Amino acid sequence: MTTIIAKRGTKATLVIRDARVFDPGSGIDTRTDVLIEKGQIVRIAPGKGSVGEAQVIDGAGRLLLPGFVDLHAHLRSPGREDEEDMASGTRAAAAGGYVTICAMPNTDPVVDNAAVIASLAELAEADAMVRVAFLGAISRGEKGDHLSDMWDMAGAGAVGFTDDGRPVADAGLLRAAFQAARNVNLPLSLHCEDLDLAGAGVVNEGTVSAQLGLAGIPGTAESSDVARNLDIALYEGARVHIAHVSCARSVAAVDLARKAGGAVTCEVTPHHLALNDEEVRGLDANFKMNPPLRNEADRLALVEALASGVIDCIATDHAPHATQEKETPFEEAPFGVIGLETAFAVLYSELVQAGAVSLEVLVQAMSSNPARAFGLPVPTITEGQEANLCLVDVDEEYEIDPAGFYSKSRNSAFSGRKVRGRVLLTLVAGRMAHNIL
Amino acid sequence: MNRYLLSMNDLSHEDIESLLATARVDFLDLSKRDIKKVPTLRGRTVIDLFYEKSTRTSTSFELAGKRLSADVINVKADSSAVGKGESLKDTTLTLNAYRPDIIVIRHPHVGAAAFVSRFTEAHVINAGDGMGEHPTQCLLDIFSMQQEFGELKGLKVAIVGDILHSRVARSNIIGFQKMGMEVTLVAPPALLPRGVEAFGAEVSHSLDALAGMDMIYLLRMQKERHEGANFLPSLREYIASYQVGLRHVGKGQRVLHPGPINRGVEIEGALADSQENLILHQVEAGLAVRMAVLYRIIVDNAVADSAAESEPATGEAGSTGSPEKSDTGKSAAQVEEPVKNIHAVG
Repeated sequence: MTTIIAKRGTKATLVIRDARVFDPGSGIDTRTDVLIEKGQIVRIAPGKGSVGEAQVIDGAGRLLLPGFVDLHAHLRSPGREDEEDMASGTRAAAAGGYVTICAMPNTDPVVDNAAVIASLAELAEADAMVRVAFLGAISRGEKGDHLSDMWDMAGAGAVGFTDDGRPVADAGLLRAAFQAARNVNLPLSLHCEDLDLAGAGVVNEGTVSAQLGLAGIPGTAESSDVARNLDIALYEGARVHIAHVSCARSVAAVDLARKAGGAVTCEVTPHHLALNDEEVRGLDANFKMNPPLRNEADRLALVEALASGVIDCIATDHAPHATQEKETPFEEAPFGVIGLETAFAVLYSELVQAGAVSLEVLVQAMSSNPARAFGLPVPTITEGQEANLCLVDVDEEYEIDPAGFYSKSRNSAFSGRKVRGRVLLTLVAGRMAHNIL
Repeated sequence: MNRYLLSMNDLSHEDIESLLATARVDFLDLSKRDIKKVPTLRGRTVIDLFYEKSTRTSTSFELAGKRLSADVINVKADSSAVGKGESLKDTTLTLNAYRPDIIVIRHPHVGAAAFVSRFTEAHVINAGDGMGEHPTQCLLDIFSMQQEFGELKGLKVAIVGDILHSRVARSNIIGFQKMGMEVTLVAPPALLPRGVEAFGAEVSHSLDALAGMDMIYLLRMQKERHEGANFLPSLREYIASYQVGLRHVGKGQRVLHPGPINRGVEIEGALADSQENLILHQVEAGLAVRMAVLYRIIVDNAVADSAAESEPATGEAGSTGSPEKSDTGKSAAQVEEPVKNIHAVG
């Protein structure tokens, strides 16, 4: 097993009429009807064919997309179930159109052995509304001292390894980790940050940090570590995934390593694509995350890299925090924002409608590309396949209101933002996981 | 004045002139009288909430409140519930339940004063927030400069030293520019923030830039913020390159420093003891300026609120309603004119 989902409820039988079916993977972009019987896509064709007992859903003016895949979600289970848990996190994912999400291992206790993965798998079998895959820690306790038992965790179903939240500072340990991961043919997902350069920084270093008097995290704290880590990965011939790139120089390093033949994938978050560090001026801790929001030039470089394919994946870095932890002076608040329920709408509005990125690129970066990066099932709208898809309303503008989130947390950087692209319905493994129609 | 004094950006040039005129006309000479107290803020409550060590700021705010006859409560972080894990929000809500008129806050983190203002109806005055701002320091500095030079427009001032870590520098750059002064920042590269060009000031890495200045504003080397980071390879190098002594001070130039000074580090001992510096004038100005801030933040808003209400004032001083209510219920007339009260008492 690599992904786990609770097998609750019956497989859906329904017909979605007259939606714009858009799946770059199967080469479909057409207005048609999609008939799903017992969770399987049985017919993609317009017309009056028999739909039997199927519930009819009006898809007119709506987009039917392959479901999304998130390589980077913090479900806070075990340890901080007050902020998020398996049920709430996966419900939020379904509301965002996600069919598969990867849970990060920086929990309490850390996911650094097969036993913790096994217990999380049990939890997912009971509660997960979408498919959940687990990443194990690279080092024991994410302390950066000793390698965790990757082979054992791979046996328990881990799909990759990461010390996310912290970089692997010790280059020797990182090299050994690449070798151990290669042995089980799984990728490492690397949080790249030179902690000495980041220092006590809390925001991007630049004009905003200078004026506010906040300690800055320079872009080179990330990009220098990206360059180092990719160099080691190239030397080891290892699969590597760069988590949450935030600045132009990191993008350049990824491009260089790929051109040198590296098996490199990388992700960018919706907030780094849509926002810059000017947002921090109000000192709202919901704009505090690591890596920090960068300046406009960096943001534009990220958008350009997504459009050109240098950045191939979009990941939310969904990081729930309790309200009281964010309701403090900026410097005291923890890093991180949630994103599962807003990712598509924000990016559709800010990138696709703005003409910066095509819908095709956005859908691939949210669905098939990340799925392939970690060897997860690739959602596709194809006859004969299980339904893993979402129906999106791209006409009606709505205001993002965290009060209505399914997540247990409210720390969104997009509160009050007017967007288009609300996810109306999500089918995961043939079951209805989200439906607000 | 607005309801809050959080940043020098909250004040216009006219606001600054008007506020400092109040300090000069109504409060500067008060300290020289035998009876140093006026009943201006009688019945008002001022809470000084200090999360950082402070001598002159806390002393002068306390004294300013007391000389205006306000009830002044000092809350220090090291002897309060903060040490028991209470959040700033909860501390503020607790203090707000006493219905203070003004909360003065000093805090190690940027934006703390603005944060507090979200959870209280009291007026909030920023007495220093991390590396952010220190607006009353800036006001007293401008006051001291005016006392010495009169009109400040077109004058040149160099701010020298640890600009990176200085909330005083951040407020002063804004405030000095609002007064029409030309600001030059003098510091080694490591003690200037990345993005310094956003301040719209000249930048120099040499004390040669001091020639032609009207004023030299020295900053304290904040050694406590340097721990664990190599901002400077050696203090000797800094002293050799950036310490300002009498030999740097030309005729007519004046030297300011917010204190506390590191004698022998950023300032030569002989300069610290000389007549060229205005350091003790600044301290004296601090009291008058803070009295003016406390007074005006009450009276200006009472005028604004009663004008907004356009109702005859009927509220009693110290009414039991919410602070906001009592503000709106009070006319400016009930905050007695300071000059009149000086005569009444003195």
